[in-house]
Amino acid sequence: MNPFTHLRSRSVVLAHENIDTDRIIPARFLTTTERTGLGKSLFHDWRYRADGSPDPDFALNKPQAQGCEILIAGRNFGCGSSREHAPWALLDFGVRAVLSSEIADIFRGNALKNGLLAIVLSEGEHLYLVRHPGIELAIDVAQGFIELPDGGRFSFELEPFARHCLLSGVDQLGFLLQHEREIGAFESARMEAA
Amino acid sequence: MMARTLLDKIWDAHQVCAETESTPAILYVDLHLVHEVTSPQAFSELRARGLNVRRPERVLATFDHSTPTLSPDAQGKRAYVTAEAEAQVAQLETNAREFGVELHGWGSAHRGIVHVIGPELGATQPGMTIVCGDSHTSTHGAFGALAFGIGTTEVGHVLAAQCLLQRKPKSFAITVSGKMQRGVTAKDLVLHIIGTIGVNGGTGHVLEYRGSTIEALSMEERMTVCNMSIEAGARAGLIAPDATTFAYLRNRPRAPQGTAFEKAVAQWSMLTSDADAHFDREVQIDAAKIRPSVTYGTHPGMVTTLDALVPAATNAQERRALAYMHIESGKPLAGTPVDIVFLGSCTNSRLSDLRAAADVLRGRHIAARVRMLVVPGSEQIKRDAELEGLHEIFRGAGAEWREAGCSMCLGMNGDIGQPGQLVVSTSNRNFEGRQGPGVRTVLASPLVAAASAIAGYICDPREFLSEAAA
Repeated sequence: MNPFTHLRSRSVVLAHENIDTDRIIPARFLTTTERTGLGKSLFHDWRYRADGSPDPDFALNKPQAQGCEILIAGRNFGCGSSREHAPWALLDFGVRAVLSSEIADIFRGNALKNGLLAIVLSEGEHLYLVRHPGIELAIDVAQGFIELPDGGRFSFELEPFARHCLLSGVDQLGFLLQHEREIGAFESARMEAA
Repeated sequence: MMARTLLDKIWDAHQVCAETESTPAILYVDLHLVHEVTSPQAFSELRARGLNVRRPERVLATFDHSTPTLSPDAQGKRAYVTAEAEAQVAQLETNAREFGVELHGWGSAHRGIVHVIGPELGATQPGMTIVCGDSHTSTHGAFGALAFGIGTTEVGHVLAAQCLLQRKPKSFAITVSGKMQRGVTAKDLVLHIIGTIGVNGGTGHVLEYRGSTIEALSMEERMTVCNMSIEAGARAGLIAPDATTFAYLRNRPRAPQGTAFEKAVAQWSMLTSDADAHFDREVQIDAAKIRPSVTYGTHPGMVTTLDALVPAATNAQERRALAYMHIESGKPLAGTPVDIVFLGSCTNSRLSDLRAAADVLRGRHIAARVRMLVVPGSEQIKRDAELEGLHEIFRGAGAEWREAGCSMCLGMNGDIGQPGQLVVSTSNRNFEGRQGPGVRTVLASPLVAAASAIAGYICDPREFLSEAAA
């Protein structure tokens, strides 16, 4: 994974609460055996009308949303299933950071493991961003703050290991496998106890 | 030693490395359940890195999500929704063969929904850590196992290292006391709990269900409760194992046998939260007050009872949900016309669920406007139900008796409704479009589902219950 230190982009807002993983990518698009190419199905039943044409009222279809890499989403984003296809679809579409006042546990873990920033802000900060769609934000992962166009800053915390992995591009499976000795010792100790 | 919760005890016993401020714990996984949808990319990752599955004997695979529920035709051809779905199933067969993983595929007498077959085979045992690339892994917590859903990257981690990097979740005690009323089931109980703590009420926590009501539940009922922990945002639910648990597991194929079983029971019996253990959060539920419950919105926290009026929307999202559902605040939900009834899913597809619904349907017929799908959770349940003649009751009532699988719960195998249709479903999620674009889902117990199928509208089951079920 490439190191992820900074992101500067305009924001796009989906203020709905409880945007579940079926909304992010409906189950019928999960029959793939690949990680790539899911961006076209992102928010499918919101983005497209029944005839398959893009719905011009959907926030991500608006001209000003094009190229936005920061998604401001309502509380409890990513609730529901464990499908990693949800962060894969967001990344494939071009989203690199999701900011909310609450992000569901499994989604947040999946996102961070794929280099999709998942940032939880206070209610007040979140509300400010919801009310100011399209503003340019600068995210500093190492220092843990988001800079607003007026120079104001919202600080955020990331789980320290996830932040370290983002900043240094750490391969988490590689990290785990470096603990082979400890894992082996754990297994042996249990065999003896049994 | 400090008093510990059940979560503490299982966690402590599986720490390969304890967590520090800078690194999560390395947690050992005892049982890894695998299905076709969330595993192919993980196996590809192993292949790309030249890695093996570290402990194939700790992996149990099946296919359930993308599989058709119609029987194969005379040539043995199965009606997959797409060639891609068929290829996904075939990929798991290839991966299981190549990596030496036990797969319960089409030829197995034990294929079924992954969260149904784990317990059925006795693979799910108290004190274990159990993971699967599926959020309803919480089901296995009914046995006093720490069981939670993971993403596909983590599926790869467990395949290669038999471990996960995890921060310890907080603990949340949900104490349920009192006797549930006639016609009130485990499904009503868990819907009531989610309605009480909210769709995000359990985020960051493991829910431990305890109290006299929980102790009185059968294993199948406990699985229904733990299954829906994730619908309150909790990755896992837990119930301390007891005599009910041990009786369920005795003589199951993957459970310890003979004296080893007695030895295991002695160890399992210690898996309870200590009397003075501290929980990060606690809530008390009075079971006697629970009435048959259903959802009326587009997330599982929007719960009401069948004898109440639909609550007023409290925010824009709830207004949007009611508009999507074509349901009005201040009016009863009972009486709303139903198009499809789905009896199945890892929440409610076990033999006791089928029996409960069959008890309502026996000697009756579903309404002319209704289509009803009955999808058993596993091949084993299908056989057991057929031995009892339940399939004849369902067919006689006008319902479709299908092959085991996830089916309409998430509708990825083609079992979906048409836009605008209303489905009374015994599954776990009523998200917009979950059962097909534009489809409206009302979550309910098997009793409510069966009663609504007969009536043709959402209906309180109590008037249909036989004396035996009372």
